[in-house]
Amino acid sequence: MRKIKCALIGSGNIGTDLMYKLLRSEVLEPVWMVGIDPESEGLKRAAEKGLKTTHEGIDGLLPHVEADNIEIAFDATSAYVHAANSAKLNELGVLMVDLTPAAIGPLCVPPVNLADLAGDRPMNVNMISCAGQATIPMVAAVSQVQPVDYAEIIASLSSKSVGPGTRANLDEFTYTTSSALEKLGGAKKGKALAIINPAEPPLIMRNTVYCEVEGTPDQDAITASVHAMIKEVQRYVPGYKLVNGPDFDGNRVAIFLEVAGLGDFLPTYAGNLDVMTAAAARTAEMFAERILDGSFVLPKPEMA
Amino acid sequence: MSKSAMEGMKVKLHDMSLRDGMHAKREQISVDMMVQIARGLDAAKVPYMQVTHGAGLGGNSIQHGRALASNAEYISAVADVVENSVISVLLIPGLGTMAELKEAYDCGARSVHVATHCTEADTSPQHIAFARELGMDTSGFLMMSHLNSAKGLTEQALLMESYGANTVYVTDSAGAMLGHEVTEAISMMRDALKPETEIGFHGHHNLGLGVSNSIAAIGAGATRIDASLAGLGAGAGNAPIEVLSAVCDRMGIDTGSDTFALMDLAEDVVVPFMDHVVRADREALTLGYAGVYSTFLLPAKRAAQRFGLPARDILVELGRKKMIGGQEDMIQDTAMTMAREREAAAG
Repeated sequence: MRKIKCALIGSGNIGTDLMYKLLRSEVLEPVWMVGIDPESEGLKRAAEKGLKTTHEGIDGLLPHVEADNIEIAFDATSAYVHAANSAKLNELGVLMVDLTPAAIGPLCVPPVNLADLAGDRPMNVNMISCAGQATIPMVAAVSQVQPVDYAEIIASLSSKSVGPGTRANLDEFTYTTSSALEKLGGAKKGKALAIINPAEPPLIMRNTVYCEVEGTPDQDAITASVHAMIKEVQRYVPGYKLVNGPDFDGNRVAIFLEVAGLGDFLPTYAGNLDVMTAAAARTAEMFAERILDGSFVLPKPEMA
Repeated sequence: MSKSAMEGMKVKLHDMSLRDGMHAKREQISVDMMVQIARGLDAAKVPYMQVTHGAGLGGNSIQHGRALASNAEYISAVADVVENSVISVLLIPGLGTMAELKEAYDCGARSVHVATHCTEADTSPQHIAFARELGMDTSGFLMMSHLNSAKGLTEQALLMESYGANTVYVTDSAGAMLGHEVTEAISMMRDALKPETEIGFHGHHNLGLGVSNSIAAIGAGATRIDASLAGLGAGAGNAPIEVLSAVCDRMGIDTGSDTFALMDLAEDVVVPFMDHVVRADREALTLGYAGVYSTFLLPAKRAAQRFGLPARDILVELGRKKMIGGQEDMIQDTAMTMAREREAAAG
């Protein structure tokens, strides 16, 4: 069967981990990896896996998009350059999956709204953040039972799994994730906190989700909804696990999660990479299936 | 009075009662009380005072507790009455944001501690640069310093200096550092940083060393010391500012502050308003002994009560799991897991 050809922009932790996920896909084929540092580990690994590589950034890729029939691109660079990258590739008829916190396109958390996005045919979808992917399903699970006045999430990441782009731009992470807790999670107000822990051996990604619900929590219904949603996430992130809770204290629901990765690029402690890249891959696969069956036709670029 | 080797040194005291002290009051200090204490500190000529939620900007949360007023309300109220002291705030990237720093500046804050864990300085460049852009006195604040070596701390300090920090702190958040460790870290930083970059020390009194470690820091080249009235702060509290001021007087170290005024403020205002005596009780001592973030004290006591476990056991386990500042959610998580395991073991 034909596969949809893809380009990966960004050769850091996320781009590299995503490459391994795409190499296993039945409908996606990673063809290009784009970096800016010729010495980058990610570019070397991509070349070893048979991908074409460039260290000249997005402009090194553009001349090859048409000849190599690239239809989907993943941007794992930074929020600052994403808009420009997206515009350049959209112009060539390439659908962009955004793994930066730029969030210029609709937000996507697969078990929450991927099905809804299918009909919209967006040219850019945003994957929010690792913490957003790990926690929004839980907020949505509680919201489905009763209104959530306030949702707060704490993501604890191992130091080794957080690359320089994320470190230098923590505010963007905070804003994008907080806002997504509202837009997709359904909370009236959202707040996201991130902690980077340097412990050795590295600690596995942890996420805590607090929801303050309107009225008295319906404990049985919330517990059932949370467990059902965890199964949904486990379909694409097998290491997604409930450690404690849901715990009820007044109108507050507390859910304590752990996310182990598959160990594709970084070891299993870096579940924050997997939850993001697996969600991006799943999202792209949905669009790829629709491109392949003809229900989503990408716009043809206008020839200059 | 006998002379000391530090005679003639100048040190700036930075009061923490209205920020770290918020932890000891479960974030429940009223605006009026803040104003009263701030007036006292100003009159006692303390050059800097920090005013925010205990966890700083963005601190109002389930994770860190909700204060009686917003940071903007606290800062504005204090700025209205303070004449000489500089008002500072705490900003931990990942919790607080630049938007909140700008708001604090607009309310009257002119100094900031930009805080990261002691190995993660590279999460602070945006915030330090922005603070300098606003023209603020900007400190890099290396929390849980006991978890890094002198060499490691120096490397992190150099990063913060390169982002624009004009002061870098050794921050003994767990109150776990010993005097010689403070001396070694600050001496090495002093040799490596630019001469115009100041060094600060922020102690906790969990092992009873808040004052002596501060003196060791001054001896090694620190010129800014954080302290609080009667030690009002997380864990066993900070170095008590009135005691530190008295010791500095005796040693001939010039703080510019009025020791008797600080003694009165501590005794007449702050001690009567404490919820518990801030001291190295069993659990606070455990923090220093096991190297655990001082702010974990009260949440651990609450979790102990709810899940039927000794608070000391929870704290030791948190230390073993290498939990750091900001991971308060892991207190309840750890207590729930321990309670379940103990129940299973008991059959």
